Amino acid sequence: MLLQSIPLVFVLAGLALYVVLGGADFGAGFWQLFAGRGERGERVREFAHRSMGPVWEANHVWLIFVLTVFWTAYPTAFGSIASTLAVVLFIALLGILFRGATYAFRAGASTDRELGRIDTIFSFSSILTPFALGAAVGGIATNRVPVGNAADHLFSSWLHPTSIFIGVLAVASCAYLSAVYLAADAARDGDHALEREFRLRALGAGVLAGVIAVGGIFIVNADYHTLFHSLLSGRALAAVIASFVVGLVTLMLVYGRRYEPARYCGAVAVAAIVAGWALARWPTILPGLTVDQAAAGHDTLVWVIACVLGGGVILFPSLALLFRLALAGRFQSTESNAADEIARPLHAIRPGLVARLAVALLIAGFGLLNIANAEWAHAVGIVCLFCVVVLGFRAIVFSALGEDAALK
Amino acid sequence: MGGLSVAGAFAPVDQHYLLQARQMQALSFAVHIPLVCFGIAFPVMVLFVEWLGHRTGDRLYLTLARRWTKVMAALFGVGVITGTVLSFEMGLLWPNFTGTFGSVFGVGFAIEGFSFFLEAIFIGIYVYGWGRLSPRWHLASGIPIVLTGFTGSLMVIAVDAWMNHPSGFRLHDGKVVDVHPFKALFENSYLWHELVHMYVAGYIVTGFIVAGWYAFCRLRRSGPPTRYERTALVVPLTIAALAAPLQILVGDWAARDVATTQPIKLAAIEGLYKTTRGAPEHILGWYTDNQLKYGIEIPHLLSILSFHSWNAAVQGLDSVPPGLRPPVNVVHWAFQIMVGIGTMLAVLGVVYLAIWIWKKRLPESIWFYRALVVAGPLAVVALISGWVVTEVGRQPWVVYGVMRTDAAVTGAHGIPVGYGALAASYVVIACGLGWVLRRLARAPLDVPVETPAELQAA
Repeated sequence: MLLQSIPLVFVLAGLALYVVLGGADFGAGFWQLFAGRGERGERVREFAHRSMGPVWEANHVWLIFVLTVFWTAYPTAFGSIASTLAVVLFIALLGILFRGATYAFRAGASTDRELGRIDTIFSFSSILTPFALGAAVGGIATNRVPVGNAADHLFSSWLHPTSIFIGVLAVASCAYLSAVYLAADAARDGDHALEREFRLRALGAGVLAGVIAVGGIFIVNADYHTLFHSLLSGRALAAVIASFVVGLVTLMLVYGRRYEPARYCGAVAVAAIVAGWALARWPTILPGLTVDQAAAGHDTLVWVIACVLGGGVILFPSLALLFRLALAGRFQSTESNAADEIARPLHAIRPGLVARLAVALLIAGFGLLNIANAEWAHAVGIVCLFCVVVLGFRAIVFSALGEDAALK
Repeated sequence: MGGLSVAGAFAPVDQHYLLQARQMQALSFAVHIPLVCFGIAFPVMVLFVEWLGHRTGDRLYLTLARRWTKVMAALFGVGVITGTVLSFEMGLLWPNFTGTFGSVFGVGFAIEGFSFFLEAIFIGIYVYGWGRLSPRWHLASGIPIVLTGFTGSLMVIAVDAWMNHPSGFRLHDGKVVDVHPFKALFENSYLWHELVHMYVAGYIVTGFIVAGWYAFCRLRRSGPPTRYERTALVVPLTIAALAAPLQILVGDWAARDVATTQPIKLAAIEGLYKTTRGAPEHILGWYTDNQLKYGIEIPHLLSILSFHSWNAAVQGLDSVPPGLRPPVNVVHWAFQIMVGIGTMLAVLGVVYLAIWIWKKRLPESIWFYRALVVAGPLAVVALISGWVVTEVGRQPWVVYGVMRTDAAVTGAHGIPVGYGALAASYVVIACGLGWVLRRLARAPLDVPVETPAELQAA
C-alpha cells in the first residue's frame, strides 16, 4: 500500500509545484492582457515578461514530470484520463504551444506593435491553458472519467459546471499568485510605482479568487453532491479549512506589503487545496480503480521512486541556484562581458604526430566496429572513431583560427 | 512473432483514422527531431567558441558565442513545446500503448524528464547569465546543458530501442507481468547503435545547417570573408565534415543489428520478397508485384553487408503473412534517400578535409559553398528519412512482435481535427521562428570585423 502510494504523492507534489510556479507564469500572461494602455501599461507588460523569462522553461517542466511519473506508475489510469479528456487536454496543449512559441518570438521583436501582437497571443494562451487544465481536473474530480480507452463522452466529461468552475478558479489563482510574485520582484528592485500596480492587482485577484472558491462550493453541491460531501468531511475538510485560512493570511500579508512571506503562504494555500482534493478521493483514482489496483508492478515502482529521489538530489540544488540568481535580481543588470585578461594564443599541434595517431585510430575503429562482431569491440571501435573526430577538430580549427590570430 | 499480439489494458476500439493518428505522430516527430539535433550539438559549439574567447582574450569569439546563444535559446524554447506535444500524444493518440506498457518503458521518460528539467534550468542560467556571471562560472553553467542533451537523447532512444526490440517483461493472459524496467531499457543490445547513430546525426545536421547559413552569407555578398564569418563557418563545418564520413561506419553497424534482430524491417528496406542465399543489394527501384523492379542490382552485396558472408541467407518478406509486413516502398525509399544524402554529405566532408590536409586552407571554389548551402536542408531530410526507416519499418507493430499499432490507438473521435489544428499551428510557429532567426541574424555586430587581408595590411 505504501509503495503503491508514494509515486502518487510525487505526482500531487509535482502538480502543486506546477500550479505554484508554472501558474505564476500563466498569471503573468493574464496581467499582460490587463496591463492597461500607454506607457504605464507598457512597463507592466515588460516587467511581467522580464521576471518570467529566465524561469518559464524550468517551471513548465513540472507538467512533464507529472505526466511521466503518472504514466509509469499508474499506466491504466493515465491511458483512461488522456483518452476520455483528449479534447480538453488538446486545447491545453495548443495553449502551451503558442505560449512557449511567443516566449521564443519575443527575442526577435523590435517595435512596440510587434511586441503588442506577440503579447496578445501570449496572454490568450496563458488564460486558455490553466482553464483547460483546470477543466480536465474537474472531469476527474466528478468521476466522469471511467477506466477504458475513451470510454466516456469527449465533451460532456469536462463541459459541466464543476469543470468550468475549477477552470475559472485556476485562472484567478494564477493571476493572484503572479501578482504577488511580481509585487515582490518590484519591491526588491525598489520600483514603487510598479509595486503599487501589482499590489493592487494581487489584492483584487485574491479577493476574486476567494469569492469564486466559496461560490464554487455551491456549484459543486448542485452538480456533483458526492464531491461536495467528501470535500467537507474528515481529513479533506481540515485541508480545505487550512487552505482558506492560509489564503486569508496571504491577503493580509500582501496588504501589509510583506511580499516575501506572502509568496510562500500563497504556495501553501495551493498545496493544501491539492492535498484536500487527494484526501477526499483517497484511495480511489478513477471510479472502480483504487491506487493499489492502478499501480504498476513492484520493480517499476521501486525504480520510479529511486529515480525521483535521485533526480531530486540533483534537481533541487540546481533549481535553487536558478531561483537565487533570478530572485536576487542577478539577471537584471546589464554590464557587458569583457574577455579574460589572461590571453594566450592558440597553438597548432604538431601535424605529423596527430595525423599518424588519427590514421591509426581510424583503422582500429573501422576494424573493431565494422569487421568485428563482438559488442565490446563495437564499443571500443566507437571510442576510437570519436577520438579521431576530436583530434581532427582540434588540429583543423586551431590551425585555421590560429592563423587569423597570428595575423592580428 | 505471428499470432501472439496482445490486446492491451483496454478493450479493442474501432478507429477509422489510424493512418491520420500515425501521420500526426510522424508530423510531431519530424518537427521536433531537427530541434533535438540543435539541443545535442549546438551547446557544444557555443561553449567551444566561448572558451576560445576566454582563452585567447579575443572579443570576436565572445560576440559570436553570444549571438549563437540567442539562436540556441530560441530553438530550445520551441523544442520545449514541440517535445511537450510528443509527451501529450503518448496519451492523446496511443492510450492503450501507454496504458499497457507504461510500467515497462515509463522510467526512461521519467529520467528524461529530469534531464530535460536540468537542461531547462541551466539554459536559463546560461542565457541570462551572459555578462552577469563571471566568465568561469558562465562557462561552467553551460556544461550541464551538454551532458543533459546527451542523457535526454539516451533515455528517449532507450524507449525507442525497446519498442523495436522489446524485453524485460512477460505476457500472462494478455497482461504485462514480471516487469524489469532496467533490463527493458538498458540491457538492450539494440540501444547502442540507435543512440550513436542519432548522436552523430545531431552533429551533422547542426554543423551543416549553421555552416550552410554562413556559406549563404558568403555567397550573397562580394569581397573576402571577415574573421567573424570565417570562425562561424570553420567551427560547425569542421565538426560536420568529420562526423559525416564517420556516420557511414556507424550506419553499417546499425544495419547489421537490424539484419539479425528485425529481419522483416531489413527485407522491407531492400524490397526482398523471397528468403534468398547470397542476396543482392538494390539501389533505387520500385517494389511492385512482390519484387523490386528497375533497380540497380549488385550481386551478393546484401549478404556480405548484413552477415559478412558471400552466401548468407537473408530472410524475405514472404516469411510472414502479408498483414505483418511494413509498407515496402516507403521504407525502401526512405532508406535510399538517407543513404544517398548521407553519402553526398560524407563526400562533401572528405573534400573539405582533403583540402585542409594537402593545401592547409579553406576551399575556395564557389561550388563548394553552393553545395554547403544545400547540405543543411538535405541533412534534415536524411535525418527524417532515417527515422521513417526505423518507425515505419517497425509497422504494423508498435511494440515489435508484441502489440500492433491498431491496438494501441485511441478510441476518441476527431483525430483529423486535431491533426489539422496541430499542422496549422506548426505552420504558424515555423513562420514565426523563421522571422525571429532572420531578425537575430540582421542585428548589427558590436565588434570590428576585419578580413585577414585588411589585418595583414594594418
